[in-house]
Amino acid sequence: MSDGTQLQIELVSDSRYLSCVRECIAQASRQLGFSDAQAAQVAMAVDEAIANVIKHGYGERPDGKIWVKITPLPDEPVRGSGIRIVIEDEAKQVEPSCIKGRDLADIRPGGLGVHIIREVMDEVRYEKRQTTGMRLTLTKWSNGQAGRSAMSA
Amino acid sequence: MPDRVPIIVTFASLDGGAVTLSPEGEIGYHEAPAFRNAIRAAYDKRPNRLIVDLSKVGYMGTPGVATLVEALQISKKNGVPLVLCGMNDRVRGVFEIAQLHKVFKMTSDLAGALVA
Repeated sequence: MSDGTQLQIELVSDSRYLSCVRECIAQASRQLGFSDAQAAQVAMAVDEAIANVIKHGYGERPDGKIWVKITPLPDEPVRGSGIRIVIEDEAKQVEPSCIKGRDLADIRPGGLGVHIIREVMDEVRYEKRQTTGMRLTLTKWSNGQAGRSAMSA
Repeated sequence: MPDRVPIIVTFASLDGGAVTLSPEGEIGYHEAPAFRNAIRAAYDKRPNRLIVDLSKVGYMGTPGVATLVEALQISKKNGVPLVLCGMNDRVRGVFEIAQLHKVFKMTSDLAGALVA
């Protein structure tokens, strides 16, 4: 893990394992200095992202590969503790510019996951991997602005 | 869609025709289909009010929220009030981020849900 990754989860695209990933990410976030509420936000963002990979990327095929890499970022005076989570897959590629949450004024089921991710994480970057699949990089800082208005308890 | 996983959901028919549905645990992508089926079963009881008691739900992702949006659409179509009660602050936070707290009737407890 020469890229700074300190914890890596490899799973198949089977939704049974989402609760395990949530628990692991929340625990790791707490260990890295985030509050319980912030850790829950990070876990939720990862949960939503992987659910999107399973549903849209792999079309609910349960044997696709997904990697989740967790990297602590050096503490900063203003932004505080940081965590970077990279989620990669070998699913179908989509143009990153096409990945958008839906208009919240449109009250209907679905399309909320991307909106939630962008709301609770400080930095969100989707990109195509070189050969196949997508890479999502999520970053959160303990003193960052993301997620302050909700889920604060 | 068939249930991927059973979740514990308790039903209760109350005097006056209301039905309460009380799921327990976490409702993410994996559990949402079972939750959806439970809600449909609750509407099949032909309640005059459906109350979803979320006091035993520790986590709800957007698939759970989407299921409740579907329920709201069924309620509006059939004229059956839908009330959500007892949700913890984190679950409520998801509704707030999605700005859905404005479109659902929400109360802190079951007593309030009966009269909301």
